[in-house]
Amino acid sequence: MRVFKELGKYSSLLYQGLRSSTEFSTYRKNLFQELVKVGYDSVPIIILVGIFTGSVMTLQSAYQLESAFIPLSTIGAIVSQSILIELAAVISGLVLAGKVGARVATELGTMRVSEQIDALESMGFNSVSFLVVPRVLAGILMFPVIYIVASVCGLAGGVAAGYFSGQVPPADFLEGARMYFYPWDVAFGVVKSFVFGFIITSIACYKGYFATGGAEGVGNSTTQATVLGCIYILLADFILAALLL
Amino acid sequence: MIEIKNLKKSFGDLLVWEGVSFTIEEGDITAIIGRSGCGKSVLLKHINALLTPDEGEIIIDEKNIFDLDYVDKRLLRQKFGVLFQGSALFDSINTFENVAFPLRYFTNQNEEEIHENVMRALRYVNLENAAQQETAELSGGMRKRVGLARAIILEPKYIMYDEPTSGLDPQTADEINGLILDMARQFDVTSIVVTHDMHSVLEVADKVAFLDQQKLSWFGTIDEMKQSNQKDLVNFITASEYQIKQ
Repeated sequence: MRVFKELGKYSSLLYQGLRSSTEFSTYRKNLFQELVKVGYDSVPIIILVGIFTGSVMTLQSAYQLESAFIPLSTIGAIVSQSILIELAAVISGLVLAGKVGARVATELGTMRVSEQIDALESMGFNSVSFLVVPRVLAGILMFPVIYIVASVCGLAGGVAAGYFSGQVPPADFLEGARMYFYPWDVAFGVVKSFVFGFIITSIACYKGYFATGGAEGVGNSTTQATVLGCIYILLADFILAALLL
Repeated sequence: MIEIKNLKKSFGDLLVWEGVSFTIEEGDITAIIGRSGCGKSVLLKHINALLTPDEGEIIIDEKNIFDLDYVDKRLLRQKFGVLFQGSALFDSINTFENVAFPLRYFTNQNEEEIHENVMRALRYVNLENAAQQETAELSGGMRKRVGLARAIILEPKYIMYDEPTSGLDPQTADEINGLILDMARQFDVTSIVVTHDMHSVLEVADKVAFLDQQKLSWFGTIDEMKQSNQKDLVNFITASEYQIKQ
């Protein structure tokens, strides 16, 4: 019963957001701020995650495929395919469920329990348009960019790890990557990152917007936003793979 | 004029109050008093349609506010200034920007006009030197005054004060009471003060609504209150006076 109630409240918040998305003048300024916070501010951690994911993947693949019968370019093919189809989107999503999701839920939760959202409504603002719409839009718009940054860094990390470990020369790595490159893989990754961006920001907004009970309540809503964000990313990943691949 | 008619509100199985009816006249300062948890702030949130009752209506400017659509409710709310219990200042922006906030979104004023109006409001609450201070650096009394400056910046017709003197020392509380009186008398604003501070009620209120035992237990002028024999009201006032003396 509680699940349906929560689902109803979540849908209602999204509906209100959709209905008020025409009030561009209200959230325009906030949207640009959120694009910076969600996108630009996440770039350093995404570069780090991308490089290390690509590096580790290359070293482990080289270790597992050590055979005279398997060409070294296979490693480049496996690493690039894994990064473009799965790792860049999912690992970035999980990391940002923590970074962006937690920030959004804490921000809105604190605003809720300190009556700042009531203050906005009292002044005549549409608080959903002012607070929720720019955050969700920023998630949807910036996650594909983050996916591309993570993919490029992952591939660069893979090439670098192969070169510096002496196990995969860059030419072999890139030959394998090129041989098995399909534009649809990138399109699939972009679609996934759109969905993940929406999931992370909308759940975080929902949990923060309806937070209750002071500091402990804000803590709980932040934890729930992060955990639910991760769970629904994995679930959405499975559903999208089943539907689109 | 605000007419509250037969209002009933419950949260789940918990009845907050029912049958609440009284009228707030133009220019009056009406205090809503009662024990903690009796639903004073809940009533306040009904008056600007932040909450919807289970039954009853509130007539403002000849319209039942609960019949208004969302856009009209928002327009109605712009006629209200609200000073929240915890001031509800936006902590990501400084004092000046907090006060300027409604002007930036609801008026077409240029930077010079906004600056002039914000400084006038801050001067009015005696905080013009704190304009560039971060809200986290402000004391409780200063936060209340910034909240008041923000509440009056759009020159509202009605101002609602939720526990304006709670948590303040007597001197600062008196300053806030002075500002409430000054606002009402100088600008002819209709004021609604939610409080359990009887000292504040005696100082500022023209009329008093006493919420007790899930209903409007008593309503009348401040002079009528002083002479009332109604047992619950007398008990409440006596307990408050005892607290003041202590």
